[in-house]
Amino acid sequence: MTVSDLVIARAMFGTTMAFHIIFATLGIGIPFMILMSEFVFLKTKDQDYSIMARRWTKTKGVLLGIAIPSGTIAGVSLSLLWPGFMEVIGRVMALPFQIEIYAFFIEALFLSIYVYAYDRISARARIISLVLVTLGALASAVLISNVHAFEGTPAGFRVVNGHIVDVDPWAAFFNPGFFVTAGHVSLTAIMTGAFVFGATAAYKMLRNSPGSRSYKFHSKALFMSLVTGGAIALLSSLNGHASAQFLHEYQPEKLAAAEGLFETQSHAPLLIGGTVDPDTKEVKYGVEIPWALSFLAGNSFDTVVRGLNEFPREHWPPLFIHTMFNGMVGVGMYSLLIAALGIIWIKFLKKEVLPKWLLWAVTLAGPLSVLAIEFGWILACTGRQPWTIYHILSTADSVTSQTNLGTLYLLFVLVYLLLGIAVIAVLYFYFKRHPLMNDLSNQTDGDDKNYTVH
Amino acid sequence: MTGLTLTDEILAITLIWGFVFIYAVMGSMDFGAGFWSMVYINREKTNATNIANRYLSPTWEVSNVFIVALVVAIYSMFPRAAYSLGTILLVPGCLILLLLAIRSAFLVFSHTAEKYKSLLIYVSGVTGIIIPALLMAVLPISQGGYVVEMNGRETLSLARLFTSPNVYAFMAFAISSSLFLSSLLLADYSKTSDDMRAYDVYKRDAIITGPLSLISAFFIMVTLEREAAWIFDEMMKNIPLLLASAVCFLLAGIALIIPGKNGTRGIPRLAVVIAIIQYMLASYVYGRAHLPYIVYPNVTIQSGFTDPNSFRAVFIVYVVGFAILFPGFYYFWSLFMKNKSLQQREE
Repeated sequence: MTVSDLVIARAMFGTTMAFHIIFATLGIGIPFMILMSEFVFLKTKDQDYSIMARRWTKTKGVLLGIAIPSGTIAGVSLSLLWPGFMEVIGRVMALPFQIEIYAFFIEALFLSIYVYAYDRISARARIISLVLVTLGALASAVLISNVHAFEGTPAGFRVVNGHIVDVDPWAAFFNPGFFVTAGHVSLTAIMTGAFVFGATAAYKMLRNSPGSRSYKFHSKALFMSLVTGGAIALLSSLNGHASAQFLHEYQPEKLAAAEGLFETQSHAPLLIGGTVDPDTKEVKYGVEIPWALSFLAGNSFDTVVRGLNEFPREHWPPLFIHTMFNGMVGVGMYSLLIAALGIIWIKFLKKEVLPKWLLWAVTLAGPLSVLAIEFGWILACTGRQPWTIYHILSTADSVTSQTNLGTLYLLFVLVYLLLGIAVIAVLYFYFKRHPLMNDLSNQTDGDDKNYTVH
Repeated sequence: MTGLTLTDEILAITLIWGFVFIYAVMGSMDFGAGFWSMVYINREKTNATNIANRYLSPTWEVSNVFIVALVVAIYSMFPRAAYSLGTILLVPGCLILLLLAIRSAFLVFSHTAEKYKSLLIYVSGVTGIIIPALLMAVLPISQGGYVVEMNGRETLSLARLFTSPNVYAFMAFAISSSLFLSSLLLADYSKTSDDMRAYDVYKRDAIITGPLSLISAFFIMVTLEREAAWIFDEMMKNIPLLLASAVCFLLAGIALIIPGKNGTRGIPRLAVVIAIIQYMLASYVYGRAHLPYIVYPNVTIQSGFTDPNSFRAVFIVYVVGFAILFPGFYYFWSLFMKNKSLQQREE
């Protein structure tokens, strides 16, 4: 195993995850927003919300065509690329994968029921199906992220002379990272769903003249997303704070790398922006907020935050994660601000027409929030390097002994490119052929079955 | 290997056998149906493509869950075996994953992009029918003889793999069985929806592909004796069950031609059930003969087994999980498989 094979294996799995995570995240956020639409429809009896639910269900159905196979690739290639890692996981941390299968079953069964039996089942059965779909998707995400949590804070076993002993699978399951990771992943997935939903509506409002039927339709969608997205963004900023304190306690070198902190100190500054150079141990072009990092890590300025110098150089994660960290937090703040502005504009200023700059700002929040998910996962996984299981199993010891992975990697990249382009094209052409106006003018037709295969 | 006692290892490998079997049947029906939907795409007169699609749309996801369930079951119950399998199956495994991704995505897209529907169905139909062949190649690989050691690391010899008659026999069996089982199922499905024209088409297909699958099964046995005699000898100890499996095949054929209700020919539901029993018997004999090896000759169910505490927790989760899921499965089945009037309303 040469270094380059390890790098290719990491690139391969990283590419799979980067691709899958988009669809997995939307796979939670979109059904949640569909559920919101169905709820509002049930409450207000406003047909627009029902149409919204159906059009988003169509999107969800198409995205599923990528989400499921890319998830299958992720799950299986864990064993193919990281057999050393999966042997330990199989012995100690099999439960989340096991339970995830059931969550996945519930999601798949009830999504099929919701989609393909939409007009055969009652409104109540539809809501129940959607709740189960969302719960199934959320549970899947929480469970799989729990494996990631375990990688950072392994628990429930001991290693004696290279052998794994005293396995307690439930202690491994409820490892110290479980709750904080589960919360962060769930909240940000719903938040991303809401902002993607809202961004689509905002973009459509830019394309339609104020006062038109479509404009009104989309502004309902926009308001619903901003309320949901804003509320969840607020919660996830609190949870993000908890995540940082968690790192301070359990993975100090990750926090130090994310913050570009070399010297252990109290009253540590918070670094925003800039680049961190591991050789000169300097930070360039960044803005430092005095004392803020200490406060963030331990709620007091006296908190001593450990710097990278305390750890051997070969245990440092790559320092570019500082930029990922900034990007993730930045997008979170931006989304929160935009949601607040939108809500103020619509609800408190009672304006029916939103200014163009605000609509563009919301449109931008959609792709940005997907980007933030990518930043967050790169920060989380690259920040754990050089380990797959923190201080127990190194990435180099986890990787397959096979060489010449380059060709396979190329094939995967090509297939992801093909699928990525195809999914965008399919959605684009579908909604072009089925414009909103058709649905709006057919409101009385309850038998509009988008899903029937003819 | 006589007189097995019910140890944790046996319990675990039986569960895995169960998953393999369920996925083999569901996957065959799934990939086969995709292939038939492609074959009959231009037949204006029959509804055969629609029947296949109507089966596929709601079920492919559920079938897909089973392959994930199977892989997870292997790495959680036999982590050491997963290590060996993961190492040697890197190339075929990646190919399967890539094909599966293209197949599933294009299958879903074909329902949405009306304009490119036939192209998408062709791609998903062709990639879909290669997948069972590659999946089935895992069995001969596990029988040993294809793994070479180079510089102290084990690698699958692709040259040896693709020159082995036994591997091709398994692949032929996989493809013909997929076509056989799926046409049987679709015949039953057509009959339930009172589409007698599609029924005749699929019944004919089952009658053609059935014997092909049986011939390739014989071909497997013949080549097995030469290439992996250890498992062949073990299988022969259960020859009565193998014969019973062959008898089931004949019975399934008879069930297709005897007169049914309302003057129609054949009781396809019965044929489906008998054919599943046929495959169950044969795969039991194969699986039993494979014991105690998971990957011959290095990994056995004992050496590959997980930590006992872990196994107990995992096993409890299985029991509880399936108990909770069962009503969901039943509701699903009754919505999409059973209810005749609902099936027809979709037309």
